[in-house]
Amino acid sequence: MHKYILRRLLMMVPVLIGVTFVIFTLTYITEGDPARMLAGIQAPEEQVEQLREQLGLNDPFAVQYFRYITNVARLDFGTSFATGRPVFDEIISRFPTTMHLTAMSIIIAVLIGVPLGILSATKQYSVFDGAATFVGLMGISIPNFWLSLMLILLFGVQLGWLPTSGFDTPSQWILPSFSIGISSAAIIMRMTRSSMLEVLRQDYIRTAKAKGQKGSVIIFRHALKNALIPVITIVGLEIGVLLGGAILTENIFSIAGIGRFMVDAIARRDYPVIQGGVLLLALTFSLVNLIVDVIYAYVDPRIRSQYK
Amino acid sequence: MGDVTVNVNNESKKKRSQLHDVWRRFRKSPIAMTGLCVVVFMVLVALFADVIAPSDGRNPGYDIHNLGNRFQAPNAEHIMGTDEFGRDIFARVVHGSRVSLLVGFIVVTFSMTLGVIVGAIAGFFGKVAENILMRFIDVLLSIPPILLAISIAAAMRPGMMSIVLAVGIGALPLYARVMRASVLTVKEQEFIEAAYSIGASKFRIIRKHVLPNCIAPIIVQATMGLAYAILWAAALSFLGIGIQPPTPEWGAMLSEGRMYIRDHWHMVMFPGMAIAIMIFALNMMGDGLRDAFDPRLKK
Repeated sequence: MHKYILRRLLMMVPVLIGVTFVIFTLTYITEGDPARMLAGIQAPEEQVEQLREQLGLNDPFAVQYFRYITNVARLDFGTSFATGRPVFDEIISRFPTTMHLTAMSIIIAVLIGVPLGILSATKQYSVFDGAATFVGLMGISIPNFWLSLMLILLFGVQLGWLPTSGFDTPSQWILPSFSIGISSAAIIMRMTRSSMLEVLRQDYIRTAKAKGQKGSVIIFRHALKNALIPVITIVGLEIGVLLGGAILTENIFSIAGIGRFMVDAIARRDYPVIQGGVLLLALTFSLVNLIVDVIYAYVDPRIRSQYK
Repeated sequence: MGDVTVNVNNESKKKRSQLHDVWRRFRKSPIAMTGLCVVVFMVLVALFADVIAPSDGRNPGYDIHNLGNRFQAPNAEHIMGTDEFGRDIFARVVHGSRVSLLVGFIVVTFSMTLGVIVGAIAGFFGKVAENILMRFIDVLLSIPPILLAISIAAAMRPGMMSIVLAVGIGALPLYARVMRASVLTVKEQEFIEAAYSIGASKFRIIRKHVLPNCIAPIIVQATMGLAYAILWAAALSFLGIGIQPPTPEWGAMLSEGRMYIRDHWHMVMFPGMAIAIMIFALNMMGDGLRDAFDPRLKK
């Protein structure tokens, strides 16, 4: 198992270097001049040129890129043009909020998606199954930013039950987490359903039925354990979607997380913040996926045995 | 797999009947047909936007400011109300279908073409090419799509081009992976070996024998991909880094309406509904197509 984790960690290194390359190249070819942004629009050309030299913006691409990754390796992501503070500090201080929001939405997605998926599969072709399939398809089709607005309209404006901005108290958690979590709940439901249906057709389920085992024991002890394995992968992949959803939702609900900070940074052309934010979130996403894969390998004896 | 072998000998006739089979199965699914009808309806709305909601000064236009008319709630004259400049929201939603569908089609064409090429090369040639290309795909996959889109869109001047690149590159891995997987299965088939043995070139084999047999999963992916593209294009415009006002784009309209959400609900209701219905219909169609192409998957 250790060997597996180590191998996966090592495999992450080239991918992450690739990510830095993509992000750096994007900023390199970008329209607009960071030195000009930093110096201000009115600054004389000589001062901008001096700043450009000082920041190393006149160096060749390879030199700049090498300097960038050595800095990143030391967790130096540069300085925000807008606030003048180190990007790393700015992002890390907002990190817990974004993670909290993402975690809440995963919990909601799993708590809704898995049970509905099981019910739908065990009652295949019933009215409930049809309705769940339809609602599931609807769930993946509603854009989360629109859902956020509709939830604000209903629960915030019309009914006045829930606050529509901030993320400090539990009542403020509900609307944003639901608006992000619903579409993932639908995807998890669809996956649980199809995986459960597959498992329910296996011989060992028939054997369990034949020996007179109770229905609930068959579903929860024999079928669910195996059916959940592919669901774990989907949950891992959905985390990337949820992180993306968090970025949109933070903007709608005025939540002071990384997403809001980054979108503000786009408007201000604050490239170090965009670079740093994308890189840190990509790193988080890769780590989460690694954890998911380890869990996957751990719960699936077929994979586990390969690394004994 | 016997029918695939026949495919080589009697390609055109067989292909027609396979498509016919797919259509026969597709037609049987009420969900899929509903999806198809809605999509066709939306395309017609987009094509005839100028007839449905003309903007000629007499009618409430999608682009004519009329400040005396602003913030009207839905009524007989403006069935979806008017916005902060007094423009008719119904007309803007109708014209917005043009923008969304156009962006969607361009994005899908772009990412599908690139994805199919990358996937086909990786799957067919294997070895070094596969390693390099698929590691690149891994890199793209490890950046959550919206983040990738944000960094691309932020690097360029906002507009059609930045959206197409941002969403298109984000979607590329999906096509590349699907394509590679199907090429890997197809290239082991006997009819590929047969084509080699009669001296066909690699390029010819890919074009004539591999691609046609990998097309089904790609078509399904493209239908879903159109939904994905429309959704993310709207999301980027919503964030203000996509299509810019005054162009009537659904996401941008939501972003404008958001500021007035407390008093004028209609401004955020209808554009979002249009996005949701469009994506819902495409997903229904995609689900139906997948089942129709591969009846074994139907549970």
